[in-house]
Amino acid sequence: MTAKTDRKAEPDVALSVRGLTISLPKGMERVHAAEGVSFDLRRGQILCVIGESGSGKSVTANTIMGLLPKAIRITAGSIRLEGREIVGMGPEALRGLRGRVVSMIFQDPLSALNPLMTVGAQIDEAMLAHGVGTPTSRRERAIELLTEVGLPDPELMYHQYPFRLSGGQRQRVMIAMALALEPSILIADEPTTALDVTTQAQILKLIRDIQARKGMSVMFITHDFGVVAEIADSVVVMEKGRVVEQGSAAKVLRTPDHPYTRRLIAAVPHLTGVDRAPVPVADTEPVIRVRNLVKTYRSGSAFLRTERIVPAVQDVSFEVAPGRTLGVVGESGSGKSSLGRLLIKLIEADSGQILFDGQDIAPLPEAGFRSLRQKIQMIFQDPFASLNPRMTIGRILTVGPVAHGMSHDRARQEARTLLDQCGMDPGALDRYPHEFSGGQRQRIGIARALMFKPRLLIADEAVSALDVSIQAQILQLLDRIQRDTGVSMIFITHDLRVASQICDQIAVMQKGRIVEQGPPSQIFLDPRSAYTRELVAAIPGESPRGPHPVAAAN
Amino acid sequence: MTAFLLKRVLQSLVLLVIVSIIGFAVLNLIPGGPMAQYALDPGMTQDDMDRLAEQLGLNRPIWVQYFDWAWRMLQGDWGTSFRDGNPVTTVIGRHVFATFLLMGSSTVIAVAIGTWIGIRGATHRYSIFDYAATIGAMVALSIPTFWFGLIGIYVFSLKLGWLPAGSMYTIGDGSVLNYLHHLIMPSTVLALVHIAIWSRFMRASTLDAISQEFVKTARAKGLSERRVIMKHVVGNALLPMITLAGVQLPSILTGALVTETVFTWPGMGRLFLDSLGYSDYPVVMGLLMFSAILTILGNLIADIVVALVDPRIRLA
Repeated sequence: MTAKTDRKAEPDVALSVRGLTISLPKGMERVHAAEGVSFDLRRGQILCVIGESGSGKSVTANTIMGLLPKAIRITAGSIRLEGREIVGMGPEALRGLRGRVVSMIFQDPLSALNPLMTVGAQIDEAMLAHGVGTPTSRRERAIELLTEVGLPDPELMYHQYPFRLSGGQRQRVMIAMALALEPSILIADEPTTALDVTTQAQILKLIRDIQARKGMSVMFITHDFGVVAEIADSVVVMEKGRVVEQGSAAKVLRTPDHPYTRRLIAAVPHLTGVDRAPVPVADTEPVIRVRNLVKTYRSGSAFLRTERIVPAVQDVSFEVAPGRTLGVVGESGSGKSSLGRLLIKLIEADSGQILFDGQDIAPLPEAGFRSLRQKIQMIFQDPFASLNPRMTIGRILTVGPVAHGMSHDRARQEARTLLDQCGMDPGALDRYPHEFSGGQRQRIGIARALMFKPRLLIADEAVSALDVSIQAQILQLLDRIQRDTGVSMIFITHDLRVASQICDQIAVMQKGRIVEQGPPSQIFLDPRSAYTRELVAAIPGESPRGPHPVAAAN
Repeated sequence: MTAFLLKRVLQSLVLLVIVSIIGFAVLNLIPGGPMAQYALDPGMTQDDMDRLAEQLGLNRPIWVQYFDWAWRMLQGDWGTSFRDGNPVTTVIGRHVFATFLLMGSSTVIAVAIGTWIGIRGATHRYSIFDYAATIGAMVALSIPTFWFGLIGIYVFSLKLGWLPAGSMYTIGDGSVLNYLHHLIMPSTVLALVHIAIWSRFMRASTLDAISQEFVKTARAKGLSERRVIMKHVVGNALLPMITLAGVQLPSILTGALVTETVFTWPGMGRLFLDSLGYSDYPVVMGLLMFSAILTILGNLIADIVVALVDPRIRLA
């Protein structure tokens, strides 16, 4: 069937992509960013394009917007936007479509707005660019839009600079801007990935509501099957630049055909109502016992009345037994990362006790803590930034232990064993970090933390930057290491689903306090505090209403 | 903002004291001193020399001299020149205008052209224009200023006879046109180097701004490329440049030693050189303090301007 007859048969298609092939500049890891991509976005529907990093989903979206960098070119295929062929269209004609026929919102609302312009001016500009309205009418429209996306006090919001707004509010502004000229198609590129789970739920609901109210067609790019289950009418699954499967959301989620789709769906972490089988250990005396820990950040000066006080950690108490994992869960600003930093004494506590092996480390000076530091190790979030690019893996792993007096040969031997244990080839020792993928680097980061034979591992968002399939592997690895070595773990994360996979106990933090603490089964099935209930309800794809598509597929 | 200003002013005062102590000490480390030039003068007896030293206060210990100088300085008395007995402020005042004329004009040219080259280089990255600008900047930075000055004099004064070879004006002709005529060459030569520096920084800063997410948002709204660059990229790219401009500000008044020498321009750079040659301590110290104050002011003004322009700081 040719593209032409295809469209005649289906007049309700807003966006039709056929055989789209986009080539990358020479010397990249792939020849094509996208190859033979075909799909239809039907009018009034939400189409989710899902794939892991490097799948070509964002490049495809940028191509439809005509926002490709010069070095990347369309080499074949057709994109028809409301019946117009846009492949080969001149830049000026394309510009006329952007914002008017098709709009786009982006992943990171914190950087997607110009910091030097007011919210109002940026919305105004979207209309001005297409010569729509007078200054007065545009202003009225902007305020109407700000109201429509549910922002409080739209009149005030109009004059506000972006830095005053929270991430969720900024994403609402982005949506208001995208809606300014009532485009028929909205492209959303991971619009909720950078947001907290409760904010994510609100933004998803907003997009769904607006889509339904205006009958817009939405192309929604995501890596999260939970989000797909939440909003999609139909789904396109992409892998390495190719569409491997597409169909209705119900079909793809329930009966995925392609092995890649099945693998992806299986890798999505789910809330488990069943607690983890405890690691058998001889000793049950807690490794770490935290009592009434307090940390308050102060800035400015009390004398000049510019003081700002942020209570980051307030009266936090918990303990972790050997071989157990405590999950610390909370949204941004909840104090979970400050807590992690307090425990390895990157920052000093104001008051409270941190009893490590019975000794209070909170008041210890740096010199006194140094010998204990080896016993508490940290795994970081960003596997790209946390390894020194100029050192070989061997040096990264051995430099610490050697500095603490281990012989060089012994350290190398240990490193070899640990790399093997972390699922890496010991040949990695002589290579540099840039030669490894994100997941492999995180394995190296774990091996590095284990070099000191720590009693306690603190993992701060250790899997947040990874694709789901890699995430699942790293979680398995951590579980196995715990079973092998009996190390205790504090697992800090914003993702309740991940926490439920690996933790024996979960502490939910809000505004610096632990609001609820208990085993996963209690936290997820029978949450005691209102905040925990809200958090659990906000998890995409896990809401109890209706059939459980993702769970059914599992 | 007030707290910030207060803190900065206090820091600046401490800094000025440190600069003055170091300056005074280093100056007195130089062998010879102001009396050395009279040592071989057959007309000067030892008595004359002692009397002169007594008059200038040079026979006292260094620290007494320093405190005496500092105390007068605090009262606004910058001392008198050893060379001609004029107050230091008068001596500096006589040269400041010449330097301001030269440096001011060349800086205006440099900022205007450098900004344009920088933006164009970034928006047309790896184009012929960009490569040419990069190579041009490298050449301008690696060849010393005096070479450009001498070539300019050879071509435009000697061979073509279009422009004067030096001085600020023709004696007996103080018209504006005459000043401008003399200004063209030194100002252009000086601007060459500044254009090179400024365009490189502007290019880097523009590239930073261009890769920001909000630029993509602006394009996604369907703004014209011109408006994207002018409104969203340039504004954000200029922010860090304000700080750079603040660092450059003092040089507008403290002068360019080499260029002023090549073109016999009666500015501050030459005054400094001459005063050093004559060991004219009060003038040298005066110039040192003058540039220290300007440096501090320049940075302070830059910080204030950034705070005024950037809502994240202004309203925080």
